[in-house]
Formats: sequence, C-alpha cells, structure tokens
Amino acid sequence: MTMSINIAINGQKLTVPEGTTILEAAKQIGIEIPTLCHLKDTNEIGVCRVCVVEVKGARNLVPSCITKVTEGMEITTNSPKARKAREMVMNLILATHPKDCLTCDRNGDCELRTLADKMGIRKIDFGAPVKDLPLDDSNPSIIRDSSKCILCRRCVSVCNEVQKVSAIGLINRGIGTTVGTAFDRGLADSPCVFCGQCVSVCPTGALTERFNLREVWQALNDPDKHVVIQTAPAIRVSLGEELGEEPGTIVTGKMVGALRKVGFDKVFDTDFTADLTIMEEGHEFLQRLTEKGKLPLITSCSPGWVKYVETFYPEFLDNVSSCKSPQQMFGAIIKTYYAEKYKIDPAKIYTVSAMPCTAKKFEANRPEMNSSGYRDVDAVLTTRELGLLIKEAGVDWASVEDSQFDQPFGEGTGAGIIFGSSGGVMEAALRTLSEVVTGKELKNLDFKGVRGLEGIKEAEVTLNGQTLRVAVANGLANAKKVLDGLKNKELDYHFVEIMACPGGCIGGGGQPRPSTPDTKQKRMEATYRADKGLPRRKSHENPAVQEIYKEFLKKPLGEKSHHLLHTSYTPRNK
Amino acid sequence: MQIYRGHVLVCAGTGCVSSGSRKVKAEMEKQLEAFKLEQEIKVVETGCHGFCEMGPIVIVYPEGIFYCQVKSEDVKEIVEEHLLKGRPVKRLMFKDRITEEMVPHYNDIDFYKKQNRIVLRNCGFINPENIKEYIARGGYEALAKALTEMTPEQVIEEVKASGLRGRGGGGFPTGLKWGFARAAKGDKKYVICNADEGDPGAFMDRSILEGDPHALIEGMAIAGYAIGADEGYIYVRAEYPLAIKRLKIAIAQAHEMGLLGEDIFRSGFNFKLNIKEGAGAFVCGEETALIASIEGRRGEPRVRPPFPANKGLWGKPSNVNNVETFANVSKIIAKGSQWYASMGTEKSKGTKVFALTGKVKNTGLAEVTMGLTLREIIFDIGGGIINNKKFKAVQIGGPSGGCIPEELLDLPIDYDSLIQAGAMMGSGGLVVMDEDTCMVELARFFLNFTQLESCGKCTPCREGTKIMLDILERITKGEGKEGDIELLQSLAETIKSTALCGLGQTAPNPVLATLRYFRDEYEAHIKEKRCPAGVCSALTSYTILEDKCKGCTACARVCPVQAISGEVKKPHKIDSSKCIRCGACMETCKFSAIIKK
Amino acid sequence: MIIKTAEDLKKVKEEALDEATARINDGTQIMVGMGTCGIAAGARDVMAKIMEEVGKRNLKVAITWTGCIGMCEKEVLVDVIRPDSKRITYGNVTPQVVQRIITEHVINGNIVEDYVVGKLDK
Repeated sequence: MTMSINIAINGQKLTVPEGTTILEAAKQIGIEIPTLCHLKDTNEIGVCRVCVVEVKGARNLVPSCITKVTEGMEITTNSPKARKAREMVMNLILATHPKDCLTCDRNGDCELRTLADKMGIRKIDFGAPVKDLPLDDSNPSIIRDSSKCILCRRCVSVCNEVQKVSAIGLINRGIGTTVGTAFDRGLADSPCVFCGQCVSVCPTGALTERFNLREVWQALNDPDKHVVIQTAPAIRVSLGEELGEEPGTIVTGKMVGALRKVGFDKVFDTDFTADLTIMEEGHEFLQRLTEKGKLPLITSCSPGWVKYVETFYPEFLDNVSSCKSPQQMFGAIIKTYYAEKYKIDPAKIYTVSAMPCTAKKFEANRPEMNSSGYRDVDAVLTTRELGLLIKEAGVDWASVEDSQFDQPFGEGTGAGIIFGSSGGVMEAALRTLSEVVTGKELKNLDFKGVRGLEGIKEAEVTLNGQTLRVAVANGLANAKKVLDGLKNKELDYHFVEIMACPGGCIGGGGQPRPSTPDTKQKRMEATYRADKGLPRRKSHENPAVQEIYKEFLKKPLGEKSHHLLHTSYTPRNK
Repeated sequence: MQIYRGHVLVCAGTGCVSSGSRKVKAEMEKQLEAFKLEQEIKVVETGCHGFCEMGPIVIVYPEGIFYCQVKSEDVKEIVEEHLLKGRPVKRLMFKDRITEEMVPHYNDIDFYKKQNRIVLRNCGFINPENIKEYIARGGYEALAKALTEMTPEQVIEEVKASGLRGRGGGGFPTGLKWGFARAAKGDKKYVICNADEGDPGAFMDRSILEGDPHALIEGMAIAGYAIGADEGYIYVRAEYPLAIKRLKIAIAQAHEMGLLGEDIFRSGFNFKLNIKEGAGAFVCGEETALIASIEGRRGEPRVRPPFPANKGLWGKPSNVNNVETFANVSKIIAKGSQWYASMGTEKSKGTKVFALTGKVKNTGLAEVTMGLTLREIIFDIGGGIINNKKFKAVQIGGPSGGCIPEELLDLPIDYDSLIQAGAMMGSGGLVVMDEDTCMVELARFFLNFTQLESCGKCTPCREGTKIMLDILERITKGEGKEGDIELLQSLAETIKSTALCGLGQTAPNPVLATLRYFRDEYEAHIKEKRCPAGVCSALTSYTILEDKCKGCTACARVCPVQAISGEVKKPHKIDSSKCIRCGACMETCKFSAIIKK
Repeated sequence: MIIKTAEDLKKVKEEALDEATARINDGTQIMVGMGTCGIAAGARDVMAKIMEEVGKRNLKVAITWTGCIGMCEKEVLVDVIRPDSKRITYGNVTPQVVQRIITEHVINGNIVEDYVVGKLDK
C-alpha cells in the first residue's frame, strides 16, 4: 500500500504518494524546476545540482530530482538562496563550455542552451578558459567532443546500465574528469557497438553522429551520378518530429515527396528488403529446424546488436542469422539486379540510406559489405540528418504533397513496416512461417505477445503441431539477460529477435531527440497503425519480392542470395 | 614461565620506525646478550606513543623511564648503565622546554601531563602483535560483557547514553547511528570501519591501528552485535602497510582465540572481519564513496538518502564509523556510559585525539578531554611556538576545517564550539601557524588540496573549487581585483550549500574562515599589492640598506641568479627584476643590511 | 586456547598479567642496588635468586634496580616496598637471605628484622 504524504511547496499544500520526488510533486502543481543531468529511470544521480531547492530544516539545499518527499516537508523552489545557487551552478557549467553555439550541431535543440535561456542567464561570470579537449572521431558513427561535455553522465549510465556495453566511463577526477573509453583510445578501439543511445540522451553537442550530409550533397550535385535513397521503416513515424510534427505522425507520403524535391533520382522503401529478409531468414529458420541446425536462430537486422554479439558473446555467432540487414541487402540489390534491369552502370550509382540508427553507418563501412563489387551502401543518414537535409534543401515541409515510392522497390508490406518496432521482425517472420509451413491462410495476423516496449517478451506458437518458443529482446542489457539464460540453459528458444536499442528502431540512436518512453510509445503505435492500413501484411505476398525471386534470385537461400544477401561474422576484442 | 624483571619498550610505530627504531631494537637485543641480561630483560615492540618528534622512543619498565631520540650508538650505554647498574641515562631523557631539566618519567612530561589517554591507553604500552598483552589490559572484557550480559538494544542505549559522537569529522551521535542500522530490515548487515585517514598531518587512526589493533576489533565486534551484523570491513589505505600487517595479525589471533568467528562467548553471535586496502583518495573517507570503493567501483560519493544504515555495502544495511570512534566503544561498555559521559562538555563527551603539527615545539598525538582550551593544547601540551615566535592561528579539521585566530585561544574545544568558530573537529588535525604565515596563501594551499582531491562528480565542487583556486592564485600573485573577495564569498557559500558530499560542502571552509578572521590580509594583497606576512613571493621584495651594507660581497656570492651587484666595500644593490625572492641573501648578511618588504 | 566464557578470558588475562608484571603492577616492589659496589658484593646473584623465587611462586612483584645509594659497606642492598607500608631496606643480602625475605616479608608481610638497615616513609 502506498502512503500519502502531505507537503507544502511554496506555501501551497498538497498530498502526493510516497516515493514522489520534489521535482515530480512540483510538476503536479504546475511548477517546473530546471534539471539537466536527470533522466528518469536511467540517470537518477543528482550530480549537476541545477535543480536544488530549499527545504525547511535541511542544512543545505537539496536536489529536487532525486529527493523524495517526506511527511510535512516544506519546500521553497524560488527562495533567493535557491535561485542564487541554481544560477551560480549553471554559471559554473557554462563557464568552461565552448561558446560556438552558432555552429554547433545542437544549434536549435540544445538542452543546455534552452535551460540557460529559461533560467535567465544573460552573462557568464568567472572568465574561465573554455575547455579544449581532443575530438574523438575515430569511427564512422559517433563523434565525441569532450570540450562540450558537461559531465552529466547520462551517456555513461545509458552505456553501462541500459546497454551493458560499458564502452565509456569516467576518466580522471576533479576538474580533469572526462568521459572516455578505456585508456582514452577512442571509440573505434573500444567495445562500443555504435548504437548511439548516448547520442540520443546527450543534452549538448558533445555526442553527435558523424555527419554524412556533405557527401550526399556532393553526389546529388554530380550530374553523372544516379542517386537513390532507401528509407527505413522506423523513420516514417519519426521524421515528422524533426519538421515540427507531433510524435507518432506517419509521414510516409510527405517524406517521399520531400526527398524527390531534394533531388534524388529514385526514392525506394527499405520495406522491400525487410520483406526479402523475412523470406531468407524464414527459410534459414526452417532449414535449421528440419535439418537440426543450430538453434535458437537469432535475428541480424540490428548492426549494434551484431557488433555486440561479435564482441561479447562470440560463442553465439553461429546462432546469428547469416542474413545481411535490410539496409545492406538493399545496397547489394541496387548495384546488381537494379543496375542490370535498368541498364545503369553500377559504378555511377550512389546509394543513400536514411536510418534511425548510428550503427548503420558503421555497418555500411564494414569491409565485407561489397558483394555487389562496389560498396553496397555509399552513405547513411540518420533521421536527424534527413530532417536537416530537407531543411537545407529549402523544402517547405508544410506544402509538400504526398508522393509514392518509386518502383520496383516501392512495394512494401505491413510486415516490413513493423520491423521498426521491437517484436516486429519476429511477428513478420511468424506471419510468413505460418503460411509457408501450414500451407493455409493465416486469419489473425496480430501476434500481440511480441509487441510493446517491454524489455523481454516471450511467446509460443504452434505450427503443424510443433510448438515453437520465441523471444524478443530490446536494449542490450535485455539481450545480455537472454544470452546468459541461454548459456546457462535456463532459457530455451527456437527463434529470438534482438534489437540493440530500447523499443527497437523507433528508439534508435539516430532518431529525433528527445526520445522519451512517451515518444517511443507513440512511434511504436504508429508502426502498427501503418501496418493495419496496408492491403498486404505478409512479406511473401509482396509482388516485388515474388518478382525478384522469379527474375533474379530464383529461390530463398539460393546461390545468388547466398552471395548477395548473406554475410559472416568475426569475433572482436572487448 | 619465563619471568623478566624489566621490559624495554621500543616504539615501532611508523614515525619511530622511520627515525630508526628497528636498528635500535636490534642493537638492544645484541647488547642484552653481551651483558648476559637476555634472560632478565625483555624487549617489547609497541605501537606509537604519539610523541613522534622525539622518536625513536624507548621506555624502560618497571620504572617507566622515558628515553627519546635514541640512536643505536646509545643502546650500549642504556644497557650497561641503566639495565645492569640501575643508573638511568640522563642525557637521553626528555629535556623540559622551559626548566631545561631532564624529565625521567613519561607521565611527568608536559606533553603527556594534560592528556587523558583512553583511546590511546594501550598505544606505546603493549605489544600490538600479541593479543595477550591486550587481554592483560582488560581487553575483550567489554565484548564478553556485551555478549553475555546485555541485549543489542542495551548496548545501543549504553552507547547513546555515553554521548559518544563520530570521531571522523561530522560528529554524528554514534548510538543513534547504530540504532538506525539496527532498525533497518535486512537478512545481512555490515559493520564498516573507515580507516581511510586522509587529512594531511592527521595520523591518530594509523597509530591506533598500529599500536592497539584489538581495540578496533573489539569495538567493531560490539557494533556488529548491536546492529545485527555478522561481518565487517576495515577500509584502510594501502599507504599504511604496517597498520595492515598488524591488523592482519590481530584478526588472525582473535580468530585463534575464538574472539572472532562463530558463536563467540557461546552467545550464538558470529562475526568475521575483512580488510580492504584503499588507494588513498581523500574522498574515499566519505562513507558512500568508501562503500563504492569496497565494492570495486569508482570511489565517488552518491546522494544520501538512502543512508548506508538502510542501503550500504552491496545494498545491505551498513554502519560506518571511523577507527577512533570504534576504539572508544570497549571502554564505554566496560566502564559504563556514566563514566564516559562524566568527561567533556555538555554536548561533546569523552576525549579527542589531536594531531599537533606545524610551528609548535612538541608535535605528535595528544588525546585530551573535550573542552580543553586551544591554549592548553598548543602551549601546555605543545610547548608553545617554535623559536618563541608569535602565535597567529591554528587550522583545525584539516582541509575541510578552518583557522582559529589568537583571540579565540581560550575557546574550550568541542564539536559545536568549533563549528561556531567557523572550523570543525574533522579528524582532529591541528596545524599551528606563527606570525610568518600568510593566511591567503594558507587558504590557497588547502583549497588546492581539496580541489585536487575532488572526485569531479558534482558541478559545484568540480568547477567551483577550481574557480575559487584560480582567484586565490591571482590574489597571491598580486593580480587580485576589486570584487574578488565578494566573489570568493559568494562562490564559497554556493558550494557549501549545493555540493553533493561532505568534501565539497566543506571545501570552502578554509577560505570562509580566513575571510572571517583575516579579511585585512586579503585586502592588503588586493588593494595594496602587499603580503603582510611576507610570504607571497610576487608581493615581496628584498632591499639592501645602504647605511648598513659594508660591501662584504657575501650576498652577491650567495645569490643564485646574480641579481646582486656592487663594488667591494661599497653598498650593494638588488635588481628586483632578476631576484627570485629566495631569501638567501638575507640569511647570509651578517650586518642585517637586507630587509624584506 | 579458545575462549568461550568470561572465565576463560579471565584465566588468559591472569596468565598474560604474569608475563607483563614488569609493566602492569601496582603491588609490591623489590629493588636491588646494582651499583658497581653492589655488583662486586654479589648483586647479580641476589637478583638471579629473587627472579627465581618470584618466578617459582608466581608472585605479582615488580623487580626493580637502582644504582649506588651510599651504604656500600652493607651491599648487597635490597628494598622491599609493599603497598601501604614503609619502605624497608635490607643490607648484606645473600641468596639465602633472599628466600627469607620473600617468604616472610613479601608473602606474609613480616619484616625480616635481622637484616633491616633502614625504614623509610615512602
């Protein structure tokens, strides 16, 4: 039973449940206390001290974000002492922070800058020299600018607790404290999986994706280049946030229209290769099931997850599906099948992909991803970069009209769209497997047991009398739990879907900020809405998929598939 | 049983070991054999006597003759004259600073006379590596009493009634703390000893660990019984190898005798102890940082609540006290709370060990009853200021404390009077300063320490102390600006009220205290670009007085940077732009012709 | 030994106290004059005998020694100081006399008048 606690904030009496923080209680009566390091459930450590308030009888000011109310507590949020302290703490943070806000990646959506404005900071005291620390641009995905780091530790908490990767931690102490990798060697030489969850929570410009917009513009401006773009399932439910829409708005048609205005020769849908993935992976699963191959089969669409398993659990590499991710399948198909079919020199094709993900940049860079004879995917843009591309191109989003994806890869099914949410790949696979195995039409397409933001989901499905146990994990801490369970033989599954990011791609490291549980929920609901609204909701029903097998690939797991659509993995050092 | 008519106690505390007591002990054994006295006289290695300045210390019992600064060359004389012939060696006795008379007995030396040694009762008197010597002094009787005659609640009540407060700094009532840990729900609880003594100059905990480790063990076991813990951790810095060695021996001996382990005194109470060596970060003296460090995490404090009493080591209810606090416990249980509460002031009972250092004649450890005045400690026990210079201030409580000026010398010291005076008890460091101390420089020195020891977790401590330090450095370099004092004050107040842990909250204390008592010195630095104590080198200059200079050239020869020029037998001159203010010229001049401004 | 009761502890304490008598003692004290004169007159043997007797009987006695006290012709001089009584100085003490002093005076409190050369208030 939860007790009720009677408190007073700024003289106003209220009753709140036990366990409520001062911050939450104040919010209930419409008072917003500034916070910076605080991230509910993830980073509740009260270190930045910008949220301090005065509590009657307390020796010092208390951090409102993590101080729980107690009976009879009398809180003053705006006493001169508290206001002065908050202002000075903010000033201390700003004193050594670089002042190049105009050219910062976070110009426009910087939490620090917004907070400084809200707190009425109009002058930065102390005249301290600005931090000048080396940039970590050692890898294709994430750039770390420690000079802009305010040591709020959100990234560290996410990396250590949510993802259990622990690529970054705190180095040195006192004024010399920085966030960095072991021996400060840079992310490239660390176990970082490039999931970008750190980028997603950073309140400043200290963590950003590596910008690939310049290369894309260069290709678009090159008359000799045939520039195609593929857009991932999860960005059609989130791109809108970058352009002023409410979270959860489905902007598929507008996005295609806008990208055409930007100047892409073709705008394709990654849904197509999501469906193709289901064909290949589904058959791989059946093969393993009937030929007593290694089980459980674990999905391979999430490049952050793939690097994680290569680094931390190499003993499971044989369990991971050999299928490339939809992004990479797309790149390989464009530079072979598409090039042949439309008689375009593959050397002149430039493939861009728009992804909710920072790890996709790393994936596109993997040296083995060139089975077409060329680099399969030339440039990867995050959802955020895609939004910026549209803005940079001067496209007036409000007036853009809906448009359709280009053929032959403009056909997608509902199964492909739900790839964007945790559980979606599993659900899509089950839809196809059911019909392939039983030969009968599936009536109820909704496998609700694998849906939702919950970290680990389990379900059982009976196909032709055989019960299949499946599991879905999102967020690497949950992946770790599943793998440890499998290792100890406490868990036993036939098929497992793992996504590196909490919530799946809708919560990817390349998605618009802030990516809160609430916005993730709205994006997730949107993927299922989009699925419901489509005439075709099973991957094997995709006519373009049927056509490519007929014209080019011949059959799932065939020789061409093997060459273009599958890959292998290598163990990596921690 | 081998009976010895005499015991020669050779101090083997860290201080005496470094001044050569090991050699003295070896020579003693050699000489006793040479005079065939090895069957009559026993050599006993003890812990620290506290009077480290006078080490190596040798005490001869049964008379209790106190020899100081004994060198191995002196040993033969002690053996032949004193041990054989019964004629104590006068020249090796302590010489009274005032009367200049030799003081043969330990208890008659001023340094010890005003002390009240409860915590240090065994230090320097027993062999810490022999549990039986501790038992001979009544050791483990308190544990027996607690386990066989008292309930845990009664133990807690007794400690509460004694008025014992935490000796590590904060002064939180110990019995109350134990009560919280007892009340906390948990299948497993821990007793933790904070032996991460980090204040520069403070070494009372080390002395207890080295000189009387069983006092700590007994205190911890009693605490374990009181709160319901069956396991304890002693977090001791790795820089204390001798303390760790003695602790290990003591724990092993206590186990052998059944005083630790299972079913102690057939009471059903089990207790075991672990030692955790810390790397010596100042912040690890903060209890949550200490716990993080034991768990193998980065030694950083976390926000309280939850307090360790509810969520401590490995998330279990834990009680953290420091060494000196635990060392008081067995006496309180054995002699009763009334006895203990009869000593001290209204709100601070018992004694406190102070580490007396700085410009004072007798440096060392002094345990005094709470409420003694600073004057008694510094002038009676400490023997006054070196070279009879003028007393200026005393820094109490280490870098987290503050300085107390001459006008408050008659302040009876206890927890509360010190807080009121702008200092704090801390772990009991007393750094005495004479008239040649610059108080701005002093504040800079201590702030530099805390700034370097900041863990970097919260903004005010990490960023704020650095900015304060920068300002202080500017002032001592003569680059202070109008408004610096106000800015320092305001930063100090904000850091004090917003920092996450005790380290940050107290870091500004040295600045606040010096501003309170010596604001004029800050003003002199800032406005007149002058350091009144003549310490800050950028604000000091040396000048040769023409009328006094004989032109002997001694100063020019000693100057390391050739800043002094002049013809022989004619007045010399100092080139201020070359001068590095080392002061060598002034020391060399025989005619007092060089002055410092 | 393993201590299991308060009694056990007491036993260990008593043993330990015996070993530490030289340091922890507020009872009887025997003092031997060990100046050059005393040693020449046989003070070392007297001392050895005292230690033997005290050890044998497990007495809580502090054995101390002093230099020449200026009655050289009466060496060996031995003082017995019992708590709450006068300090008795014996002269011409031999190992045989030691035995009497221990049994009669130290243990039973009867002064061995034959050898007394001085009685002093402490």
